[in-house]
Amino acid sequence: MTKKITLPITDSDIRNLKAGDSVLLSGSIITGRDAAHKRLFELIQQGKELPVKLKGEIIYYVGPAPAKPGYAVGPAGPTSSYRMDKYAPALLDLGLKGMIGKGARNKAVIDSIVKNGCVYFAAIGGAAALIAKSIKSEELLCYEDLGTEAVRRYTVEDFPCIVAIDCQGNNVYETEPKKYCRE
Amino acid sequence: MDIRQIKSEEITAAVKKLFLSCNYFIGEDIMCALENARRQEQSEVGKSVLAQIIENDKIAAAEEIPLCQDTGMAILFVEYGDRVVVEGKSFEDAVNEGVRQAYSDGYLRKSVVSDPVFDRTNTKDNTPAVIHTRIVSGNTIRITAGGKGFGSENMSAIKMVTPSYGVEGVKQFILDTVRNAGPNPCPPIVVGVGIGGTFERAAQLAKKATFRPIDTCHPDERYASLEKELLEKINKMGFGPAGLGGSTTAIGVNIETAPTHIAGMPVAVNICCHAARHASTEI
Ligand code: SF4
Repeated sequence: MTKKITLPITDSDIRNLKAGDSVLLSGSIITGRDAAHKRLFELIQQGKELPVKLKGEIIYYVGPAPAKPGYAVGPAGPTSSYRMDKYAPALLDLGLKGMIGKGARNKAVIDSIVKNGCVYFAAIGGAAALIAKSIKSEELLCYEDLGTEAVRRYTVEDFPCIVAIDCQGNNVYETEPKKYCRE
Repeated sequence: MDIRQIKSEEITAAVKKLFLSCNYFIGEDIMCALENARRQEQSEVGKSVLAQIIENDKIAAAEEIPLCQDTGMAILFVEYGDRVVVEGKSFEDAVNEGVRQAYSDGYLRKSVVSDPVFDRTNTKDNTPAVIHTRIVSGNTIRITAGGKGFGSENMSAIKMVTPSYGVEGVKQFILDTVRNAGPNPCPPIVVGVGIGGTFERAAQLAKKATFRPIDTCHPDERYASLEKELLEKINKMGFGPAGLGGSTTAIGVNIETAPTHIAGMPVAVNICCHAARHASTEI
């Protein structure tokens, strides 16, 4: 069953999401990957104000390709999430509600997801041209100098993803492969 | 055989075309393997992931846009005929100009930083390319080029296995590398394996193996059956499409081999995602 969620995501939306659910997100999300996370993390450590508000937001780990004329955005699939593991708990502690990426997370991130009542969504890696169809517009928020890694706001409509880790810590990357393991 | 002059512009144009076409159009071998996998996949989620990947690759081809946002680092395997003289720019400059034009004019992502550790400043045109050149006899230049994304590149590994470990040691290292990669390299993956040579030769062979069509096999029957056996074993791991569980973790295992030292048996495993992009041409 596919669940449709209108953003901003609420705590009760999050409580109702179970690992493995297919979800279509509509509304606004922000983007950020390695370099932006490094900068945000350093500001948090220094106790400084961030150039972007994280509270209640969902962040998409993406570095899009440039948009061809006539397109709202270029191909924009998820990047590997584990590279953001070092930074994610600090962002979740500041009220970030969700993350969209691909691949497994470490224990510290899973613990922080549970502690803060958040959710981790997986988008299909390498399905960038298809995923971009659900991104209707983009706006630069900060770190323009980072090019593809800048922080942007995306307006999405029926953005397809799967609940990979729910707020109870259930993790599809743990449970699902086991069901098909024949070793 | 007479010396042949080739204008550097011709090389630039050919390289540009290779990078545009490999980023927009997935190879027939991959598409065919994805279609087969979709029919055979045991997981419903896995089937749906494969269907979306297939749809994605069709959209990219129809609209001439990159099929993945990570259009990779530019890699070229070149067989350079010893009777060729390049007129104008140097061969390397001509290649990099082709990469620059493809990534700028073709709306491909520029993903290269000039310094690996300290500045990490983007070169803004995806150069320099990684060029592997072999001088061969002849008056043509053959190029196989591909863009390699780093989601899967980061999951690659090399080990200096020693002879006493034999084929079992080779298998174990390959399977361990794939298992450690798990869901990260965008499965279903293509596994490129380089065995033999030296430390750097093994790594180069592994990359070359990922550029070989997956519907071909190693000419030596023993390695061909090793490719088959490894593919079956990997698909029993259960990671499945996108790592969300299923019976399709890999769509190909390609092994390339080379003579090696009496004391050694280097094994390199270069993991490539389903967006296994490469194209060839002859100038
Ligand atoms: S691993 Fe491959 S398919 Fe996945 S995001 Fe990187 S380039 Fe794209």
